[in-house]
Amino acid sequence: MPEIIFQIAIIVTKIVILTFMVVLPLVPLSVYFERRFSAIIQDRVGPNRVGIPLTLLGFKKDFHFFGLIQPIADGLKLFLKEDFTPNHVRKAFYWMAPALTVVPALITVCVVPFGSPISIFGHSEKLVIADLDIGPLFIFSVASLSVYGITLAGWSSNSKFPFIGGVRSTAQMISYEIALGLSIIPVLMYYGDLNLSTIVQQQADHGWLLLPLWKNGHLGLPDLNTALFWFPAAIAFLIFTISIFAETNRMPFDLPECETELVGGYHTEYSSMKFAMFFMGEYAAMVIGSALIITLFLGGWSIGFGLDAWVSDLHIGDIYFGGLIHMGCFLTKLLAFILFFILVRWTVPRFRYDQLMKLGWVVFFEAALINVFLAALIVAAPQLKSVIITSGAVLLLIVTAAVIWVAKVSEDTTKVLRA
Amino acid sequence: MPSYLFWILSALMLMGGGAVIAFRNPVSSALSVVACFVGLAGLFIGLSAFFVGVIQILVYTGAVMVLFVFIIMLLDLKDEEKAAKPLLPIAAGVVLFVVFTVQLIGVLSRSPNKIAPDLSAKTLVLAANSFPPTSKIATTLSQGKLPDVHLIGHTLFTQNNLQLQILGVLLLVATIGVVVLSKRQAD
Repeated sequence: MPEIIFQIAIIVTKIVILTFMVVLPLVPLSVYFERRFSAIIQDRVGPNRVGIPLTLLGFKKDFHFFGLIQPIADGLKLFLKEDFTPNHVRKAFYWMAPALTVVPALITVCVVPFGSPISIFGHSEKLVIADLDIGPLFIFSVASLSVYGITLAGWSSNSKFPFIGGVRSTAQMISYEIALGLSIIPVLMYYGDLNLSTIVQQQADHGWLLLPLWKNGHLGLPDLNTALFWFPAAIAFLIFTISIFAETNRMPFDLPECETELVGGYHTEYSSMKFAMFFMGEYAAMVIGSALIITLFLGGWSIGFGLDAWVSDLHIGDIYFGGLIHMGCFLTKLLAFILFFILVRWTVPRFRYDQLMKLGWVVFFEAALINVFLAALIVAAPQLKSVIITSGAVLLLIVTAAVIWVAKVSEDTTKVLRA
Repeated sequence: MPSYLFWILSALMLMGGGAVIAFRNPVSSALSVVACFVGLAGLFIGLSAFFVGVIQILVYTGAVMVLFVFIIMLLDLKDEEKAAKPLLPIAAGVVLFVVFTVQLIGVLSRSPNKIAPDLSAKTLVLAANSFPPTSKIATTLSQGKLPDVHLIGHTLFTQNNLQLQILGVLLLVATIGVVVLSKRQAD
């Protein structure tokens, strides 16, 4: 019995630390980054004042932490605002919707590997809450539930613009889920495994998927097959990253909350903390999306360049703490990727809705499918005869040309609008 | 699976199923189906069929039911009016219920009451012998883990390859059909 209690205690500690002390604080932090970074882009200063008002006590200067306290002030403000429920809403769904956007995003944290195993006094512990053998699929399936939150928010608000926002969001998320799922098939074929911890371990040993420059701890050029696989991997990375932008309703695909057309989108009728929960959901989804991209394509917690085995071996007595360094590396990569998300938001203008749908269905869907065949050809090539490889390559070229031709032909000619 | 988990998830499923017909609001009914599916996925995962459970959520809850909710919202259905209870449909429902119950009892009484082998590490290691020793399935099994995704893939692509291909073609035809139909309507 004590064994079980010990296990449960470890799991609860992991959930509390990884979900509520690592990922959740990243949400207000990325809001802060968003404001500061957009300010830099637009040549402003951004929030930099919140801190300890020492001038009130007669000192010369206020003490501000570069505005890092701003997120706390923002959160406090949202908590203390009046929580107004309009009269015309469908109450039960109206209350359920914000929770349904936040909860799935936080549940998906449980399969993300944050670092290599930590070992204390002979007891080894993986830095992942649930080491499932179906990691990416679990994230997709739970993340696909968050669409209910946005759809229900739009519908239960019982007014025009939120409803259009909700409908847009549903269509957008379902469309891009297909591209998202198809684009990582090459990656999964390459690893032959769905366990995210194993995937990261493989990348630590044999080079990141997009940077295969070391093998078994030694720097060096990759062999021909790995080098060739870089191309489908890069295509998959491109499609996956852009689809994540669409899935998380981020600019340039944030049409559900397109304020120039829809006032505020699906959260127009929400105020106070309920409104904040939609924001938390969006930013948490962004954090998890970045974590997934890093884990699959950019080595996860791996430091790279053959240093990982050495870092994992660092220890003081019986305490192997290399996992914490790996976790630091992971969080650094995560912050860098969040900054990339923010950079894209403030540089690329919003898409039109038909452009968004066309990109998803006509470009990404086909590109991802062709990419699957390309990757399969490269992965299977060492076992095949050269005749089969050549005929496969020719077939692939023909199919690609046919798909591009069909897409060109079926393109609608712009109609002249007449009154 | 611990039996209390089975009872909790089954209760969730039954409650979801009951709520579908109890609610008057179509959206509530659709969401009850979602709850029912989540319970079903939980049952699958409890039976170590992780892949089936996750696909259950991904396909049915995340895509099919979203489309249901989507359409119900677009149609803007009002709450269902309480109709006077006509006798014939109720009688038909009762008859159907009885027929299905009898059939279920018949099937259950004939099938041998065998307890499924426990998925302990020992049975898994033993099962590894029936696969080529260097394959991914064999190595995972001999570690005492169940490679359910690989096993499903292995079964589909070796034993049922033809059926799988036929299903794929069927889906492709359906997809093309949808595109053709929607294009024709647009003109």
